[in-house]
Amino acid sequence: LFNVDHGYLEGLVRGMKAGILTRADYHNLAQCDTLEDMKLHLQCTDYGKTLSSSEDDLTVSLVDSKLRENLVAEFSCLRSNALPPLSTFLDYITYSYMIDNVVMLITGALKQRDVAELLPRCHPLGAFDQMAAVGIARTPTELYSAVLVDTPLAQFFQDAVSESNLDEMEAEILRNKLFKAYLESFHSFCKNIGGATKDIMCPILEFEADRRAFIITVNSFGTDLSNAERSALYPACGRLHPEGLCLLGAAQDAAQVKDVADRYPAYKIIFEEPEPGSGFKTLEDRFFEQEVKLNTLAFLQQFHFGVFYSYIKLKEQESRNIVWIAECVTQRQKSKIHNYITIFQGTEQ
Amino acid sequence: MLLECMMNGHAILYTGVTLAFWSTILIVGLCYTIFDLGFRFDVAWFLTETSPFMWANLGIGLAISLSVVGAAWGIYITGSSILGGGVKAPRIKTKNLVSIIFCEAVAIYGIIMAIVISNMAENFSGTTPESIGARNYQAGYSMFGAGLTVGFSNLFCGICVGIVGSGAALADAQNGSLFVKILIVEIFGSAIGLFGVIVAILQVK
Repeated sequence: LFNVDHGYLEGLVRGMKAGILTRADYHNLAQCDTLEDMKLHLQCTDYGKTLSSSEDDLTVSLVDSKLRENLVAEFSCLRSNALPPLSTFLDYITYSYMIDNVVMLITGALKQRDVAELLPRCHPLGAFDQMAAVGIARTPTELYSAVLVDTPLAQFFQDAVSESNLDEMEAEILRNKLFKAYLESFHSFCKNIGGATKDIMCPILEFEADRRAFIITVNSFGTDLSNAERSALYPACGRLHPEGLCLLGAAQDAAQVKDVADRYPAYKIIFEEPEPGSGFKTLEDRFFEQEVKLNTLAFLQQFHFGVFYSYIKLKEQESRNIVWIAECVTQRQKSKIHNYITIFQGTEQ
Repeated sequence: MLLECMMNGHAILYTGVTLAFWSTILIVGLCYTIFDLGFRFDVAWFLTETSPFMWANLGIGLAISLSVVGAAWGIYITGSSILGGGVKAPRIKTKNLVSIIFCEAVAIYGIIMAIVISNMAENFSGTTPESIGARNYQAGYSMFGAGLTVGFSNLFCGICVGIVGSGAALADAQNGSLFVKILIVEIFGSAIGLFGVIVAILQVK
């Protein structure tokens, strides 16, 4: 049964999940006036001493990197104790960060930035050995054959190999193609595991795929990305496949995208115009909200891997929330400070 | 590479064993039919020729071993969850040992029944079916049945209590007031094992 290999880690990750900040914590943080106050408040939560061991000047980016370090430490603790297939599952989680790192290094190299300057900015969860050598590649084929063929990302390079030169546009296209291959591969992996993992993870991944499709469409208006090229970037494992993706591929402006979204009840809500008077939320924010909702559902079932994925994503969302609050505090813009997304409502002890 | 193309290790093992089993049965059955040896497949002969002692001892063996499998299964399910949950919420350690004790009780039922059944096995003389007598046959079969009853019911009871106990440990780690409520579910699970013991005692009386 599941617990032979993974019972301890599931118990551990659920314990860590109990440390995710609740609504009351966010309320306290929002009341703070300076970053020092926030640091004090964070010490009472699960974060403990992570922030206090830093040097004197506390900037938002320092807070961000400390939170990230915390997440990486917890993740490595889980990963180092994991057995297959959980280890493969956790590796899949890191691949998305690896893809982002690779693309960031490529764009940095194009702007003639020094590799040593870029490496600390890479997301540590996506680190792999040949990262420093990524900058020397000129075309995706070169990138693949010279650098990435030994890394786990090699399996996602089926569609992305092309001879065109790597410029800004190409880097984005490369990112989307790699991500599409990664999502589809992850989706079929979860399907193969079956059981509760499939029931929890597949909706989350399908939502991710559809969200990518929408964002690619909306971002490509105004660029010279042809419809056919755009359609090649949509991940095929979502609920939009195949009719919605065809329609999205043909869409020319935001109204048509909204029209496509209206056919699917879940996405209709995201694209709806907000009632006047309520706080303005961007499309990204609404997607994040929906993602948080789906991720919290993972904790309602036992004996599956979804808890690990959801925990990482919720921790990320928490970091985003804390950084948002910190930014608002430092810039003294308290009006928008409540635009964070509460993850758990908090329970009475 | 070829193995990966098929399936992973466990699946190969299961398909191999199943294939071997069914092909043996098929081939043996075919051979008996072809060579006109069908008369050899004789259940009555089997039942009267085997000693009742075999059945009785099989029953005793099954009683203790299946109960222990159930208890062990339950204990490891609960134990690994307690370990994981106890890292971040150390207060659950001592309270959740109660779940482990429930699982252990299942093994104790098994050993008690095994001792009770084995005490009922008496010696008899006689080697042919007629001289052994119907009562001895009945004794053997009912001991086997009792052992089977208590063994299987304890097996599933142990697994059930284990899974519930694991849920109890994780829920306790999140919210301390939930533990007692989930314990009630565990008590109901334990009752299943008790049913098996009662029925088994009735069978050997």
